[in-house]
Amino acid sequence: MKILVLFAHPAFERSRIHVRLLQAAATVQDVTIRDLYQVYPDFDVSPQAEQPIVEQHDVIIFQHPFYWYSGPALIKQWMDLVLEHGWAYGKNGTRLQGKRMMNVLSMAGNEQAYSAQGHHGHPVNAFLLPFEQTARLCYMQYLPPFTVHSSNALSDQQLNEHANRYIQLLEQLKTNAAALISNPPPNPSGLS
Amino acid sequence: MSNESFFYQALVYLATMVVFVPLAKKLNLGSVLGYLIGGIIIGPALLGLIGHGGEDLMHFAEFGVVMMLFLIGLELEPSLLWKLRAPILGLGGLQVVVTATLVAGLSMVFGLPWNQALILGMILSLSSTAIVLQILNEKGQMGSAAGQSAFSVLLFQDVAVIPMLAIFPLLGPSGAAGTVEDGQSLIAHQPAWAKTLIVFGAVSALVVGGRYVVKPILHIVARTRLRELFTASALLLVVAIAVLMTLVGLSPALGAFLGGVVLANSEYRHELESDIEPFKGLLLGLFFIGVGATINFQLVVQEPWLITGLVAGVLAVKFLVLAGLGKLFRLSGEQNLLFAFALPQVGEFAFVLFSFSEGARLLPAELVDIMTAVVAITMALTPLLMLVYDKVIVPRFGCTANREEREPDTIDEKNPVIIAGFDHFGTVVGRFLRASGVPSTVLDLDSDRVDLLRQMGLKVYYGDAARADMLKSAGAEQARLIVIAMATPEKTLEVVDTVKKHYPHLQMLVRATQNADAFDLMNAGVLHIYRETIDTSLRLAADVLEMLGRRAYQSQRAARMFRRFDERSLKGLAAYRDDKQYVNIARERMEELQKLIQADAYTNMLIRDGGWDRENAEERN
Repeated sequence: MKILVLFAHPAFERSRIHVRLLQAAATVQDVTIRDLYQVYPDFDVSPQAEQPIVEQHDVIIFQHPFYWYSGPALIKQWMDLVLEHGWAYGKNGTRLQGKRMMNVLSMAGNEQAYSAQGHHGHPVNAFLLPFEQTARLCYMQYLPPFTVHSSNALSDQQLNEHANRYIQLLEQLKTNAAALISNPPPNPSGLS
Repeated sequence: MSNESFFYQALVYLATMVVFVPLAKKLNLGSVLGYLIGGIIIGPALLGLIGHGGEDLMHFAEFGVVMMLFLIGLELEPSLLWKLRAPILGLGGLQVVVTATLVAGLSMVFGLPWNQALILGMILSLSSTAIVLQILNEKGQMGSAAGQSAFSVLLFQDVAVIPMLAIFPLLGPSGAAGTVEDGQSLIAHQPAWAKTLIVFGAVSALVVGGRYVVKPILHIVARTRLRELFTASALLLVVAIAVLMTLVGLSPALGAFLGGVVLANSEYRHELESDIEPFKGLLLGLFFIGVGATINFQLVVQEPWLITGLVAGVLAVKFLVLAGLGKLFRLSGEQNLLFAFALPQVGEFAFVLFSFSEGARLLPAELVDIMTAVVAITMALTPLLMLVYDKVIVPRFGCTANREEREPDTIDEKNPVIIAGFDHFGTVVGRFLRASGVPSTVLDLDSDRVDLLRQMGLKVYYGDAARADMLKSAGAEQARLIVIAMATPEKTLEVVDTVKKHYPHLQMLVRATQNADAFDLMNAGVLHIYRETIDTSLRLAADVLEMLGRRAYQSQRAARMFRRFDERSLKGLAAYRDDKQYVNIARERMEELQKLIQADAYTNMLIRDGGWDRENAEERN
């Protein structure tokens, strides 16, 4: 099982969470990290370049900060251009069939804020509906997101725990991704 | 001197350099130790090739020290000097005073009269500018905290020599003082107030002359574009300063240093540096050979324990004082040790001061003999001490690398980017980099333009980037990238060749005028080539599309795609460059492109954005 991390962060140089998460992901074998803002600073995403890479992997992860309840603009640009009819979906578009897709997100709000009673009024999953349905339309299985909440208030130790949790997730994706559907990765107690 | 003996001497010295320095380098011992060992071997102790010529040689080669201080001055802009005032006065001053006092005290314990003890203390407090700076430069440590501190101390010491020369006669038995005045000095017989006036006059003449006379002259010389003439002017400048200073009884080294500082802000800084540098290197090499040759081994054999004890004592006292002061001035652990390991030897000025003291009968001849040997040995031991530091001390500080990474860029740091060529093309590069907070060192060949740009407040240096020494003084060893933006393709290739040969670590970003130049650069192995008009033409073409009513985003996107396609096909064409095939292939490509455009497939081939099509959207709904 090979994992493709499509990473998007327009201000990576100011990021703390994603630096650490990417560091962690890089230690796991069979994980390919593609830093989209580094590859496409001009937003000219090339389907010719992207599609073969995607085909070589079994799990597609979008890793990005949670901007306005979605990904940074380049994530959307990537989806718009790469997920072509006849390749990703449609009658003959079955190249993604059987693959798995998920989001790895960081956000400033805590878990409480992302609930029906909270500040944002809905759980995180609800906002990810477009991703979920995209996966479905492309014959992929959408897995529950991996979230890092309270991104502006994490101690180094908490961040390290998230990083370790990320490594565990990636390892599990390689061996037994199916189990993740019914049992989302546990959030260690004490972290919110 | 007859021609034969001149050639014989030149043969001996040059051969010594060429044989021993590469050997020492190969053994990781550094060039200074190579010169010293060479000197010892050809000296009277072993081969006896130069008999007792060592001292004459040192007198001659001391001019290398003058040149070195001129170069140091050139490196030091007045603002940097001002920034370093605390370490120079504080650290340097304390080092000289504390060391001199301690040595003097110890000497008195060993039975020296107080005045001799004080003279000895002052002489031994000095360290060797020549050796230390050479070593720190080779180790790339000049920019570090230790390097800056060492430099500050050395600078203070070099200046301190002058008051020392003035004080020594006062410490001698009465009547000795009169004999010490240099015979060449014009002002020896003037009254004290006149002397002071003349000295002040000479120094102001140096500062004013440097700014208002030397610069215009260099400008005229530079315009002749005769390289040897510029070299001659540079040498003339240093020699003239030395003569002027000697005439008024000041140290030529200090004068040269001042002259350097005055010219540090000028556009000819790098050119002067690279012209003087080889002479300085040769003379300092000779100087070190002289030091090696003057070590009196007979004396060492006669008094092995005394000499060993004195060497160890001097090194220990100076080391402890340095380490203590370093701590006081907040040098971190391993930087402090580097600082203390670099400076505990006695300097070359000691030889001057010893012979001066002996001549003035301030110190007994036996003492001078022994101490000269001791000083030479401490100098010879310095490279070995640095080896100890590298092999024993550094490994114990496991985190060295980490710490150095975090240390903020120090003031003397060379810039990460060099821009070679600063016409309309390079200017834009430089302005953008500056606006983005990336400092760059700029070299340009047009002296008029250099003047103009400097008047506008830009730091631009006059110099030929195709010369390796020029690149070196522009900081090529420390830089990471070089932007080669010369105006002509020939000059561009010259610079590329120099960089490839001498500084292969530098990444090259090269301007090309036309496709043909781009091919030449590809053949030369250049990876990053920028044809100077492609972006502008395409931006214009995209605007044409927009004005005709196309959407802005699509027009610009198409322009970017076109550039990528064009660059790819350029690489393909480069392979056929030298054949007549090239024309055919190029024609084929053009026809291919035309067909694509006519078939309206062109845009589709370049730009794939089917995801934005209506059919796509409908299928999703």
